[in-house]
Amino acid sequence: MKKLSNYPIDGKYGKYGGRYVPEILMEAIVELEKAYNKAQADPTFQNQLDYYLTTFAGRPTSLYYAENLTRKMGGAKIYLKREDLAHGGAHKINNTLGQALLAKQMGKTRVIAETGAGQHGVATAIACAALGLKAIVYMGTDDCERQRLNVFRMKLLDAEVHPVESGSKTLKDAINEAFRDWVTNLESTYYLIGSTMGPHPYPMIVRDFQSVIGKEIKQQFTTTTGKLPDALVACVGGGSNAMGTFYPFEDDPDVELYGVEAAGEGITSGKHAATLAAGQEGIFHGMYTYILQDQNGQIENTTSISAGLDYPGVGPEHSFLKTIKRAQYTSINDKEAVDAFLTLSKTEGILPALESSHAVAYAMKLASQMRKDQTIVVTLSGRGDKDVETIAKYTGVPI
Amino acid sequence: MTTNITIKEKFQKAKENHEGLLIGYITAGDPTPEQTPKIADALIRGDVDILELGLPFSDPIADGPTIQEASLRALNAGTTPIKVLDIARQIKSEHKNTPLVVMTYYNPVFHLGVDRFLSQAKTAGIDGFIVPDLPVEEATDYQTVAKTHDLDTIFLAAPATSDVRLKKIVDASSGFLYLVSRFGVTGAQSSITDSTVQLIKHVQPYTANKVPLAVGFGISKPAHVKQVIAAGADAAIVGSAFINILKAHAQNFSAALVELQMVAAELKSATRL
Repeated sequence: MKKLSNYPIDGKYGKYGGRYVPEILMEAIVELEKAYNKAQADPTFQNQLDYYLTTFAGRPTSLYYAENLTRKMGGAKIYLKREDLAHGGAHKINNTLGQALLAKQMGKTRVIAETGAGQHGVATAIACAALGLKAIVYMGTDDCERQRLNVFRMKLLDAEVHPVESGSKTLKDAINEAFRDWVTNLESTYYLIGSTMGPHPYPMIVRDFQSVIGKEIKQQFTTTTGKLPDALVACVGGGSNAMGTFYPFEDDPDVELYGVEAAGEGITSGKHAATLAAGQEGIFHGMYTYILQDQNGQIENTTSISAGLDYPGVGPEHSFLKTIKRAQYTSINDKEAVDAFLTLSKTEGILPALESSHAVAYAMKLASQMRKDQTIVVTLSGRGDKDVETIAKYTGVPI
Repeated sequence: MTTNITIKEKFQKAKENHEGLLIGYITAGDPTPEQTPKIADALIRGDVDILELGLPFSDPIADGPTIQEASLRALNAGTTPIKVLDIARQIKSEHKNTPLVVMTYYNPVFHLGVDRFLSQAKTAGIDGFIVPDLPVEEATDYQTVAKTHDLDTIFLAAPATSDVRLKKIVDASSGFLYLVSRFGVTGAQSSITDSTVQLIKHVQPYTANKVPLAVGFGISKPAHVKQVIAAGADAAIVGSAFINILKAHAQNFSAALVELQMVAAELKSATRL
C-alpha cells in the first residue's frame, strides 16, 4: 500500500482533487506547480521561509498542556497547539508567508485573496506588506458586516478590500470573484488561496505550508512525553489547519485523527456547514470533493456562527481521508462551540477563535471518554478576540 | 431526430454560402422558463444559426455580471436542469434546423448522472455540450458518454493555452472549438483588440480541416463579428449583448423580442463579408 503522505498522485487524492477550472487558468496552475516544486527543492527559498516564520511570525508556537481543562473533563490529557499565538492571531500566516514568497519568486506584483472571517485576508495583507506586494482581498458583504474590525485591519495593513455583493455574499462568493479577477489579470496576479481547496496544486501547497503545525506538534510532543499523542483534533472549514495538523501523522496509524465541522443550528435543521457529514460528492471551485448541494446540483448556502467554517465545500484530501477511514469527521453546533469558547476562556485564560472552539468542544467530549493515561492534541487555530462581539450577541450580553 | 440539421452540416452550408455562423447564447429560464422559447424564436427568426442555452448555476466562475445576474433570475424563477431540457424540446419542435447546445458547469450534470443527463439531453434535441470548468485533462468519462449519445463535445481554448494543449483540445473537440477571445470573464465590451485578431490567426491553422472555430467573450456588435470572421473564425458567439436587451426591456417583453430579432439580424449580416 502507498504511503498516505505520497498523495497527491497526478494531482489527486484517490479520486478527489483534480483541476476542474476554466481553460484560461490551466496554464497558470501548471506554471504554479512548476514554480512550487522548484521552490520546495531550493534551499534558499526554504531558508527564507524559515527566517520569516521564525523572526516575523513567531514560530515555533508552543504546545501547552491544558491542565485545568484536563482536570475538569476527568479523562485524557488535553494539549493545545497554540496557533493563536502566531502573528496575526491565527495559523493563516504559515500559508500566506509561503505563498507570498512564491508569488515574489514568480515575478508577480499583485496578490489577490478571498476571505470569510477575515483571518486569511489579514494574514495575506500582513505577508504582502512585509514582502512589498500589493494585496487585494475579496470578501462577501455579509462577512464584511460581521467582521468589520478585520476589514479595517486589512485597510490599515494597506490592502484593498473589495466587498462582494453577488450570491450569498459570503466566502464562496468571495472565491468566485477572486477567480474572476484572476482570469482577467493572469499575467500580473498571484491568487493566494487560503485553504486546502481549489484546483491542484493549491490543496497540496497550502497543506505543505501548514504542515509546520503537525511537524512541530510531533517534535514538541515526543520531546516532552517520549511518544506520539493518541488523538489529534482540529476544526475543518476548507480544512487547512486540520490538514497541517494531520499530514505529518498520516502514516502513523496509532494516532487517531478527528476533523470537526460546523453543525450550525444542527444538521437536521439544514442550517449548517457540515460538508463531510451531510454533503455529497461533486465538483466545485476547481476540485472533486464533498460539497453541500441541492437535488439539482446547485451549491447550497451554509450557516455557522463562525464565518471561517461557513463554506459549502471541503479540501479534497479530507474527502479522501474520510473515504479511506483514516480520519473521522464529526460536527459541533453553534451552542456547543460557544460553550467551549466560554469554558476555555474561564479555565485556561485563553480566548479561542470560534472556529477553533469547535475543535475544543469535540476534544472535551472525546477526553471524557478516554483514559487518563491517554493524550489529545487540539489545534487552537486562532485567537478569539475577533469573536467577542459575536459571543456577546449570542449570549445576550450588551457591550 | 435524424432529420435535424447537425452542427457539422450547418458549418458546411455556411462555408458553401461564404458566410460565418452566428451563435447566440441565452441563459435558459431568464427571466422565466416560459419566456425562453419565445426569446429563442426571436433570435432564430433574426437568423441566429446555432443556439447556446446556458444552464443556470449558482456559482458561475467564468461569467461576468450580466450572465451571473441572468443565472440568478433563472434560478429564482425555478429553472432546473430538467426544465432546461424541456425548454430545449419546445424550441426544437419549432426550429428543427437550428442546432442547440447546452452550456453548463459540470456539477449539475455530474450530480444528475452524466450518462442519464446526456441521454435525456439527446432525446430533448440537444446537439452538443460546452462545459467551461471541465478541461480536457478531466474530461475522459464525459467524452466517452457524449460519444455514446452522439453529442458534440465543444471544448474551450484560451489566450494562455499552449500549442501543445491546443492540439489536444482541438482533437477532443467536435461540433466546434470555442475560442475565448481574451483574458477575462464573459461580458460585452466596446471593441475587439488586436490581440484577439492575432489569437484567431494563431489558432486557425490548428483547427483548419479538423473542427470549425468559433470565437466568443466580449463580442456584442456587428463590427466585432465582422472582425473575428475576417480574422479567420468560422463563427462568432454573442451572449451578454442579448441578455442586456432582455434586461433593458424587462417591463416590455414584446419590445425585447422585436429588438432581439433586429439585433440578431444585424449581427448575422456582419458574418457575410
